[in-house]
Amino acid sequence: MDYVIEMVDITKKFPGVIANDKVNFKLKKGEIHALLGENGAGKSTLMSVLFGLYQPDGGKIKVYGEEVKINNPNDANELNIGMVHQHFKLVHNFTVAENIVLGMEDTKNGFISMKDSIKKINDLSKKYGLKVEANSIIEDISVGMQQRVEILKMLYRDADILIFDEPTAVLTPQEIEELMDIMRQFAKEGKSIVLITHKLREIKAVAERCTVLRKGKYIDTVEVKDTSMEEMAEMMVGRKVLFDIEKQENEINDTILTVEKLNVRDLINNKLLVKDVSFEVKEGEILAVAGIEGNGQTQLVEAITGLRKIDSGKVWFKDKDITHAPVREKTLQGIAHIPEDRHKYGLVLDFTLEENLILQDYFKPQFQNYGFLNFPEIHKHAEELIENYDIRSGKGRLTLTRSISGGNQQKAIIARELSRDNSLVIAVQPTRGLDVGAIEYIRKSLLQKRKENKAVLLLSLELDDVMNLADRIVVMYEGEIVANVMAEDTNENKLGLYMAGSKRGDGYEKN
Amino acid sequence: MRKIDKDKPLKLTTSELLALDVSKAKVSILSSLLSIFMGLVLGMIIMLIVKPESSFGGLATILTGGFQDGAQSFGNVLHYSTPLILAGLSVGFAFKAGLFNIGGAGQIVVGGFVAIYIGVKWTWLPSEIHWIVAMLGAGLAGALWASVPGLLKAYRNVHEVVATIMMNYIGMYLVLILIKGSVYNSDKNETVSVPRAARLPRWGLDKIFEGSYVSAGIIIAIIVSIIIYIIIFKTTLGYQLRMVGHNRHAAKYAGVNEKRNIVYSMLIAGALAGLAGGTIYLSPAGRHIEIVSQLVSEGFDGIAVALLGMSHPLGVLFAGFFFGYIKTGGFYMQSWGFDEEIINIIIASIIYFSALALIFRTKATQIILLFGKWFRNIFKKEKPKDKENRGDLDEEDN
Repeated sequence: MDYVIEMVDITKKFPGVIANDKVNFKLKKGEIHALLGENGAGKSTLMSVLFGLYQPDGGKIKVYGEEVKINNPNDANELNIGMVHQHFKLVHNFTVAENIVLGMEDTKNGFISMKDSIKKINDLSKKYGLKVEANSIIEDISVGMQQRVEILKMLYRDADILIFDEPTAVLTPQEIEELMDIMRQFAKEGKSIVLITHKLREIKAVAERCTVLRKGKYIDTVEVKDTSMEEMAEMMVGRKVLFDIEKQENEINDTILTVEKLNVRDLINNKLLVKDVSFEVKEGEILAVAGIEGNGQTQLVEAITGLRKIDSGKVWFKDKDITHAPVREKTLQGIAHIPEDRHKYGLVLDFTLEENLILQDYFKPQFQNYGFLNFPEIHKHAEELIENYDIRSGKGRLTLTRSISGGNQQKAIIARELSRDNSLVIAVQPTRGLDVGAIEYIRKSLLQKRKENKAVLLLSLELDDVMNLADRIVVMYEGEIVANVMAEDTNENKLGLYMAGSKRGDGYEKN
Repeated sequence: MRKIDKDKPLKLTTSELLALDVSKAKVSILSSLLSIFMGLVLGMIIMLIVKPESSFGGLATILTGGFQDGAQSFGNVLHYSTPLILAGLSVGFAFKAGLFNIGGAGQIVVGGFVAIYIGVKWTWLPSEIHWIVAMLGAGLAGALWASVPGLLKAYRNVHEVVATIMMNYIGMYLVLILIKGSVYNSDKNETVSVPRAARLPRWGLDKIFEGSYVSAGIIIAIIVSIIIYIIIFKTTLGYQLRMVGHNRHAAKYAGVNEKRNIVYSMLIAGALAGLAGGTIYLSPAGRHIEIVSQLVSEGFDGIAVALLGMSHPLGVLFAGFFFGYIKTGGFYMQSWGFDEEIINIIIASIIYFSALALIFRTKATQIILLFGKWFRNIFKKEKPKDKENRGDLDEEDN
C-alpha cells in the first residue's frame, strides 16, 4: 500500500516539553484518518510540523514516497497539503473571495482581477455543496460558514491532503453532520484527510483509521471499525474511562434559585432575547437548559449572574431578591459561575495561574492584610487547588495563564468556582472543546456538587452532557422555554424536536 | 472599525512558543536597549545632515554629557530626570489599568500652579513644611484635574484620550488666567518667583553634586516609584486595576467595580503628574510658568518615558534617568555649534524613537532566541541546521 504521507520518528522539542517523541504517522490515499489524543498530547504539533509551521528536531517526512523538507506553509501548499486551523485565519472585513485568494491574487495590469477567482470559488462551492457566497463579508457569516471558507481556501489551492484541526469544536450538531458529509465526499474523490479530534463519536462516524497519541508519544494506529470507543478512550487517556457516569438517586430539597417571568432585551435592536422565562432549581438537583445555540440561553445566564441587565421579572436566590444585585453580591452569597467564554470572562490570560485562582476572592480577609495581598496564603491556596484539581502547567502556580492548555485553563476555573463555598453552581458549556478525560472529570465534579446537596444549573449545547447529568431539563427555543421535563421521561429524539421548535411540552403550549 | 481581540487564545508560531521560555524581563530590557540604540542612530543621521563635521563629536557629547563636568553634570541629570520619572509613572500607572493618560501636560501645569500659589502666598507656613504642603497641593490639584476625564470615562463612556487632551488646554488657559489674578510678575510676563523657603530642599545633595540644580525632588521621585511598584503589584487595589487593565470582561465577571477603578486610577495618575508639576516649579533652578499658550513638554515626554519603561514603575525610573541623561548631554552639545533647536530635534528624535520600544519587542525576542540557538549550536557543533532556522524565524515574525 502506498502512503501519501509518511512521518517517521518525528521528534519536536519545546523548552521544557517534548511535544512529539518519535511519533509515526502514515496517511493512505483517499482515507479519513483521525488523529486522537487529549489536549497537549501533541496532535496539533505533529500536524504543524507537516504543515511547515514547526521544524522537527528529528525524524523524516515523506510525501508521495519522497523525502521532503517542509520549511514553511508555502512549501506545504506546493505539496498540496492544506490545513483548516482551529482558530480561523481570516480577515474579518474582507469578502469570502478576497480571503480565499489572499496571497495568490490574479492581477491584470497591476490591478486585482477577481472575476475568474470568484467563478472558481463558486464552482468549488457548488461542487461540494458548501453553499458559500463568494461576495459576503466574513464578519457577517456564521462560524460554520467561516470554516467552509477555510475549506475552500484549501480547495482553491488544489490541496489533496486536507488537515482539519478540531473542526467540530465550533459547530452545532447539524453543522457537524454536514461537515462530515463534506469530508466523506472529499475522501470518495481520492483526497486524503487528517481529522484532529478528541471526540470519539466523530471518529466512529467518519474515520477509517485512527492514530492515537498520548503525552507526545505514539501509542498505536487502529482500524476504527474494529475498535470500540471504550478501547480508543483507554488508549488516549491511559486508563479506563467511564462513559456513562453513574448517577445515583439523590434527595431533592429546598428551592435555591427561582426565576420568575424573566425578560431580557437586546439593547441594540430592542428585541426580546429572553421571554417570560420561569423555572426553579432545587438543592441536590441538576437542571439543564438545552437548546440550539443562539436561542437565548447565554443571555438568560448572563442575566442571572449579573453580567447583563434584566428588563423585567425577578430572580430569587434562597429567600433574597437578587434581580438587580451586583455581580459581587451574587458571588458572595454563594453563586458560582463557570462562564461560557473562558478567555473572555473566566480568566485574565496575562495573570499567573495563582492570580487567576483568587479572581473573586482577593479582597477577602484570608488573602489580604490592610489592602496588601497576602502572598503566602495566595501561594498556599494555589498549590492546594493545583494539587486537588490536577491542574497541569509548565511552571505551576506561576505559569502565565495564557500558556496553559485549554483543558487545564478550564480546570483552573472549575477549581476556583467549585472550591468556594457555594450553594448554586451555574455551569455554561463546561465541557466545550475539552477531551474525554477532562469531560469525565468535569461531569464527576458537577455530580459531586449535586451529592453535596448543592444546586446546579447547567447550560450545554452537547446533548451528551445534558442526558448524562441532568435531573430535569428545560428546553429553550427563541428565548422561550418550550418544555420542562424530567430527564428520565425524555430522550435525545424528543429533546431534538423541542430544540427545533417543532414541538412544545405540556404546560408550554403556544397561546 | 474592528477591535482587536486581545483575549483570543494564542496560536503560537515557533518563535513565540520558544519565547515563552525566555524570561519576560530579559525581553523587555533588551528591546528597550535596542530602541535606545535605534534612537541614537536616528539622532546621528540628523546630525550628519545638519553638520557632518561635528556629528561624531556631537554624538559623543550626547552620550557622555551627563558626566562632562563630573558631579555637577550628573546632578543636573538627576534634576532633569525628576519630573520625567513622575510624569512617566503617571502615564504608566494609568496604562496598567488600561487607560491612556495623555493629560499629563494639563495635570502638570495645574499642579505646578497650585505649588507656586502655595509657595508664594502661604508664607505663614513654617518653612520646614512649606514645600511639603506645596507639593501635596500640587498632587491634589493634579488628581482633581485627572478626575474629570476619569469620571467622564467611567460614567459617560467618554474616551479618556479625547477628554485628557481637552483638559490639557483647559488647564493651560485656566492657569494663565489664574496667574494674572494672583501670582503674576508683569515685568517678565510670568509667575512670581517662589521664595527660597518654599522651594524643594536639597538634603545635602548639593554638596555631593556641587553646582547642579539637584534637589530632594529626585529622592521623592525614587520613593514614589517604589510606592507605585508596591501599589501595582502588592496590593488588592493594584490587583484590581491590573485585572481591569488586562481584561475588563473578566473584571466584570469577578465583580470588580470597573467604574470606581477607572476613577481611582485616573486620580492616582493625576496625582503623580501633579507631583511632577510640583518638582518642576518648586525646583531650586527656579522655573516659572510663562504666559504663553504652550503645553508643558514634560507631559508628553512622560508618555515616551512610560513606553520605554514598559509601564513598569522601576522601568520608568530608569527610563526617566536615561532621558534626563540625554537632555543634559544635549545641553553640552552647544559647544559643537549646534543650534538649540537642532539639539531639541535630536533629543526629541532619540526620546521618541526610544519610546517605540514595544515595536522592538518581537525583534528582541528573536535576537535572544537567535543568540541562544547560535550558542547551543556551537556547543553541539550542529552547523548545517543553524542557517535554515535563522531564516525561518525571520520570516515568521515579519
